[in-house]
Amino acid sequence: MERLFAVAVNTFRETLRDKILYNLVLFAVLLIGSSVLLGTLTIGEQARIVNDLGLAAINVVAVIIAIFVGIGLVSKEIERRTIYTLLARPITRAQFVLGKYLGLALVILVNIGIMFAMFLVTMILSDHPIHASLFQAVELMMVEALLVMAFALLFSTFTSSILSATLTLGIYIIGHLTSDLKTIAEKNASGVIKFLTTTLYYAFPNLETLNIKGQSAAGISVDLGFQMIATIYGLLYTGLLLVGACLIFQRRDF
Amino acid sequence: MNAITIEHITKVYEPLWPWHRASTVLSDVSLSVAKGEIFGFLGHNGAGKTTTMKILLGLLRPTSGKVDVLGAPAGDVATHSKLGYLPEAPYFYDYLTAEEFLKFYGKLAGMSRDAIQYRIPILLKQVGLQEAQDRQLRKFSKGMLQRIGLAQALIQDPALVVLDEPMSGLDPMGRKEVRDLIINLREQGKTVFFSTHILSDVEMICDRVGILAKGKMLALGTVEELVDGQLAESIEVVCDGVIGTQIEPVRRLALRTLQSGARCLMVLPGHECLDEILEALRRAGARLVSIIPHKGSLEELFVHKSQGEG
Repeated sequence: MERLFAVAVNTFRETLRDKILYNLVLFAVLLIGSSVLLGTLTIGEQARIVNDLGLAAINVVAVIIAIFVGIGLVSKEIERRTIYTLLARPITRAQFVLGKYLGLALVILVNIGIMFAMFLVTMILSDHPIHASLFQAVELMMVEALLVMAFALLFSTFTSSILSATLTLGIYIIGHLTSDLKTIAEKNASGVIKFLTTTLYYAFPNLETLNIKGQSAAGISVDLGFQMIATIYGLLYTGLLLVGACLIFQRRDF
Repeated sequence: MNAITIEHITKVYEPLWPWHRASTVLSDVSLSVAKGEIFGFLGHNGAGKTTTMKILLGLLRPTSGKVDVLGAPAGDVATHSKLGYLPEAPYFYDYLTAEEFLKFYGKLAGMSRDAIQYRIPILLKQVGLQEAQDRQLRKFSKGMLQRIGLAQALIQDPALVVLDEPMSGLDPMGRKEVRDLIINLREQGKTVFFSTHILSDVEMICDRVGILAKGKMLALGTVEELVDGQLAESIEVVCDGVIGTQIEPVRRLALRTLQSGARCLMVLPGHECLDEILEALRRAGARLVSIIPHKGSLEELFVHKSQGEG
């Protein structure tokens, strides 16, 4: 466990020293800018739009980091050949993969945490109400980022960075459209198409389950039971992907 | 007991596509390295040295054959706490300082915080990098990276050290320091397995040597065994006042003749023909300058073996 944490801490440090937190400056500018620009609107609308913008920005930043840093987690170590000295140490390949994952997960959680804190401060300073639903939305965003990152890591254990990014991005987009697949399956008479769309619906993650930004921005909370199930769903899916990544990495030659 | 036992390993890379050919990188390679020994692994680039080392560390799996490292099968992670590895042309996390870098590897090796703190200054002194303790590795020269790489390989005071081309990228002074460091490791009872194509290093410090070419083990033994057993001695004769090629026994027997003005240098294949040559030279009125017996060098053996394989 100690070795896994050593890898995680090193990954955390590496990502931070790659100046990943610079995105926070952009985020702050966006938040302050939008609050000032929207000052002319009526109070209710202004709060909703700032909510919308803030939540969407947090989501986009988290997913971008999850995909584009996630795909390099393992492949960069292989390309730079740092993997040789690491695996020559008494550390299992699974510990290495999970350590890398944990390190980036920490970066994303810290990032989301800081962005959300900035967002809340802006809301307080602008005298906007802070709804519990905002916390719910951000919690599910974290789960989504963890899930997307697990996909990026899984792909990067067996394919190139560009392909991993493309595949992960593809999964992210399809993941938000799976409910459409179900609708197509229900409305289509053709057996083959029905089978295909139903299979795809169950095979791909349903990322829309983790997306409650719309209602949250309007101040509507979701049922806590739903929130828990959605969280468990996302984390279980993530766990399965990580097991897959470890198994593939275990068999690799370097 | 052996620190390393390699028995008949073969590594074949299967092609990605059916119309490509499989490539055999190692073919029936066997060797053993006793505990406390310095073993030099010689071979040209692409001979299969790095592949063999990666198999030792479990980074690659052999297609067939058996490898034991420190009494356990290669790739057994538990034995990795007793070994250190420096890859060829290493690249390390350049955003870390030398101290952070060694701390990280110490933690991976399972060392306690106190043990790491105690060990770091000793190692940095050993590899001559005390001044660079707080400098980021991105500001290191190639030679300094090689040294810090050596330090990480030695962080937990391992029983077996595997070094892939440890002298590459170093200036003559740096090479001497690495040589001394390896000898020092032997004095501490460590086993060192290192690859190189710098033959003088091998001749100077290795207890035993293995020569690998195109994935095959061509020779294995001590430097003396290999040189004495496989290459005949030669004799170099230098004399003045004659043209070597005009003397019939010289033309017939000398392996090589070099003429520079009135001075002639001849290389003879052995003692047997020396009397006949000297007699012929005396008759031709030559003045003898020197007779130097040459023992075969590892370099000649290496070239001879590699060419034979090619």
